[in-house]
Amino acid sequence: MAGAAGTALCLNWLVFGRLGDGQGWFALLVSTYLTFLACFFIATADRYGRLVATDRTITVVVVSAGGVVLAALASLVIFILVLGLKALRPGFFTSDQTGITPLLPSTEGGGSHAVVGTLEQTALSLVLSLPLSLGAAVFLNESRSRWRRPVRIFVDAMSGLPSIVCGLFIFAVFIQPHAKDAAIFGFNGLMASLSLSLIMIPTITRTVEVVLRLVPDGLREASLALGASRARTVWSVVFPTARTGMTTAIVLGIARCVGETAPLIYTAFGYDLMNANPFNGSQEALPLFVFRNVQKPDQTAIERGFAGALVLMVIVLALFALARYLGRDRTRRAAPSRRWRPRAPRPTQEVRP
Amino acid sequence: MDAETPVASPPRRPRVVVDEPARVDRVFDAVTFWSGFSVLVLLSIVGLFLLTSSGDSLGQTGLWTFLTRVEWRTDVQPARIGVLGLLVGTVVVAVIAVVLAVPVGVLAALFITDYSSARLRRVLIGLVDLLAAIPSLLFGVWGFVLLSNQMVPVSRWISDHFGWIPFLATEPNRDLTGSMFIAGVVVGIMVLPIITSVAREVFSQAPPGEKEAALALGSTRWGMIRTVVLPYGKGGIVGGTMLALGRALGETIAVALLLPQVPLVSKNILEYGGATVSGFIATHSGGDPFTVSGLMAAGLVLFIITLGTNMMASVVVSRSRSGVGVEL
Amino acid sequence: MTTITVDRARSNGTHPSPTPRLVELIGGPPPGAAAIEARGACAWFGDRLVLESVDLLMPAGQVTALIGPSGCGKSTFLRLLNRMHELVPGAALDGEVLLDGEDVYRHGRRAQEVRTRIGMVFQKPNPFPAMSIRDNVLSGLKLAQIKCHDKDGLVEQSLERAGLWKEVRDRLHQPGGALSGGQQQRLCIARSLAVHPNVLLMDEPCSALDPTSTRRIEETIGELRHQVTIVIVTHNMQQAQRVSDHCAFFLAEENEPGRVIEHATTTKMFSTPDDRRTLNYVEGRFG
Ligand SMILES: Nc1ncnc2c1ncn2[C@@H]1O[C@H](COP(=O)(O)OP(=O)(O)OP(=O)(O)O)[C@@H](O)[C@H]1O
Ligand SMILES: [Mg+2]
Repeated sequence: MAGAAGTALCLNWLVFGRLGDGQGWFALLVSTYLTFLACFFIATADRYGRLVATDRTITVVVVSAGGVVLAALASLVIFILVLGLKALRPGFFTSDQTGITPLLPSTEGGGSHAVVGTLEQTALSLVLSLPLSLGAAVFLNESRSRWRRPVRIFVDAMSGLPSIVCGLFIFAVFIQPHAKDAAIFGFNGLMASLSLSLIMIPTITRTVEVVLRLVPDGLREASLALGASRARTVWSVVFPTARTGMTTAIVLGIARCVGETAPLIYTAFGYDLMNANPFNGSQEALPLFVFRNVQKPDQTAIERGFAGALVLMVIVLALFALARYLGRDRTRRAAPSRRWRPRAPRPTQEVRP
Repeated sequence: MDAETPVASPPRRPRVVVDEPARVDRVFDAVTFWSGFSVLVLLSIVGLFLLTSSGDSLGQTGLWTFLTRVEWRTDVQPARIGVLGLLVGTVVVAVIAVVLAVPVGVLAALFITDYSSARLRRVLIGLVDLLAAIPSLLFGVWGFVLLSNQMVPVSRWISDHFGWIPFLATEPNRDLTGSMFIAGVVVGIMVLPIITSVAREVFSQAPPGEKEAALALGSTRWGMIRTVVLPYGKGGIVGGTMLALGRALGETIAVALLLPQVPLVSKNILEYGGATVSGFIATHSGGDPFTVSGLMAAGLVLFIITLGTNMMASVVVSRSRSGVGVEL
Repeated sequence: MTTITVDRARSNGTHPSPTPRLVELIGGPPPGAAAIEARGACAWFGDRLVLESVDLLMPAGQVTALIGPSGCGKSTFLRLLNRMHELVPGAALDGEVLLDGEDVYRHGRRAQEVRTRIGMVFQKPNPFPAMSIRDNVLSGLKLAQIKCHDKDGLVEQSLERAGLWKEVRDRLHQPGGALSGGQQQRLCIARSLAVHPNVLLMDEPCSALDPTSTRRIEETIGELRHQVTIVIVTHNMQQAQRVSDHCAFFLAEENEPGRVIEHATTTKMFSTPDDRRTLNYVEGRFG
């Protein structure tokens, strides 16, 4: 294998040396990879025959596909880490963009206003959407109503609503008609939370419903057979059994909400200074801060944007880790035993946009 | 057997049994019903509002004209708006993304299910999930600041060697950043985890008995995958692809950063230029009611397309042999 | 208010000692075992009649075994008794089920109240995974909103009645799932007993268990007789012979609903049944 790699590299070196042009890293990479595959195939075919050679070559291809995915992830994380650390100082969390001009170094000023905005908007949208989506998920899974089908169809359909359209919708319904007397219906954090809720409701409803569906029916029957009401059954048996799964689903929903940028453009609008009141006046949010700054022409703004991106990434990773932690299989560690036991359901990753 | 016992007795009718529900259950039923119902109402209001408010601009422009016009100009009177230029860009970017991401995603899923050890598998699944949880904004800035420049030689190389394919040609001295190709690559990396996780899900459900049988018959691992895993997971691959397509069509922020968002039907995907529906909406915030109504109409068209794609995805997955238990 | 006598010597295998301990429940079922009788009971799933005209008296404080081939409607009958049948979408029923002489399907009667009085143990052990062993035992109180001032006493009493106390007394706070299959099943029995039901329905409680656990549960049944009416479904003829006082043979002939072919005392059923099909079945000669 190493031999094949070496040969491929040398071969390419030669070829490229001969042709003598600077086609860039991509051409070199592609041709090296292809030559490597060819060499590898020929070498193994020589010793073990075509069949084995095909098998091994495919193995190499598959492994490299896995490598590509990992490389993408690593490149993204490292890139944001490196660029973000350049401008990220403790001051980022204590100051806003007051008095910041393009000439000041990127370590001046900060994004506290963005952090505050993100926290408030996320919390508000959680308050708005969580009760409704939990209720809807319970409705879908624990009731026998004829309305379950239409509700499910709508929730499914709406989970495909492009997020920018949610923002545009809130803008057109509330903000635009009140353009003159903008207060609670102007660009503000509440409007951002409303549009974020429109995204959260279908997401959380779907994931929580999946988690509830994984609770074995035998448990519901056992509870009812003990004389429990259906409400009690859901509250005391279904919810505790699905608790880890539900928290995981909700935390992932929050992670999604925190990083959502598109709907904020039309609702929170963005603002360079601290505005801690989510009900009046345009407000910043971390994603908006990043989005607006990286598009500015000056280098310092881009660097500030990356500091924000780093903070955002850390928040999302932390939420992701929290979801993993909450959703881990606790029973496995608590009592190591081979015996059968019902497992608490966990959600699968929500993959809809 | 003397099974001749008379069956002639008239069919019995069941007794009507009503349970007297407890008060908590009445409250429970009411609360859950109203939350379910209000979600339904809320979401239909969104749909209806999209329809009615698109009405203004559609009425003025005409549906067919709107769908077939490339231009989007609100600075002239009467405004000339159309969604075709945006739609073409949307579809081109999404297709590039999916074409690039599907092979890699499927192979990576195979790597996870059939080529890695149990421990590595758990780590990889976690990493793919993590990749899916990263906000698209971060992919966008990454592509905007890093990948965009790195890809220029790639674009040049492709156009040099494959320029004879019409849409891969570039005119000399044109800027190669901000192209639909680069946007497609970035969106492709974004949808990679979707394809990988759906494909992984179905591959991991491939019947172990059949897999072992194939191996026992002396086929190589690849032979086993080709004869058992891939045919079994076909539906999942197609479904995951459609799902990724739906997501790629709706992607906003990354393309808003990467593309100039000028509606043109650009023939050359490697050159600067292009716009997508959602990216265009994102970069044209504010504006008069007519523009907003036009943007709404564009958003509606996009929504219908993504809805169709997503629905097709779930139908494909649930029809396939492997997809029965798969959550999309 | 219910008072239940408990003897501590029972689990030692010695003869019941006359030193009872009382655990009071507030708001639970009335005390003692109750007779349960089906009259003309029929059951449908959708349009399909699966059980027709079952008349069966299960006397108070005795063990009745339901036997019969698979699919003849034994489980359906059992679920008809405690009103679990109506939970299945599309299910319908006819006839009466008399608990202590009163129809459980009487208009205006709550299924919840009936189910509190008629406990059920399922084929597959299903302790609540999110609860500890102790909470599992007490779950009935919480779920049916019954009060008890001596919870520890109730836990001990119920676990002892289910023959599990000795094995789990030191780990009451471990999750209920962390027990063996047989222990889980006895935990489920304890859970049902904690609310002091008048009748206990058991649907093949030993089918997932090893011989030792089966033996243990049979002992439990033996100890519970006289305190509670037991109806048990079993595919094991020896088990039916060992544990039951009465026996009913269910059979569904081809394309026909299930019926009770014969019911009598267990001794008679297994020695001189009236019906040839019963004899074939209990002797294992059934096709
Ligand atoms: N939920 C249901 N929906 C439709 N039909 C059902 C349902 N449950 C049971 N049946 C049918 O009712 C008939 C009786 O089923 P039941 O479960 O009572 O049999 P059983 O005697 O308990 O069998 P076993 O010994 O295998 O447990 C069967 O033919 C079965 O197919
Ligand atoms: Mg049964």
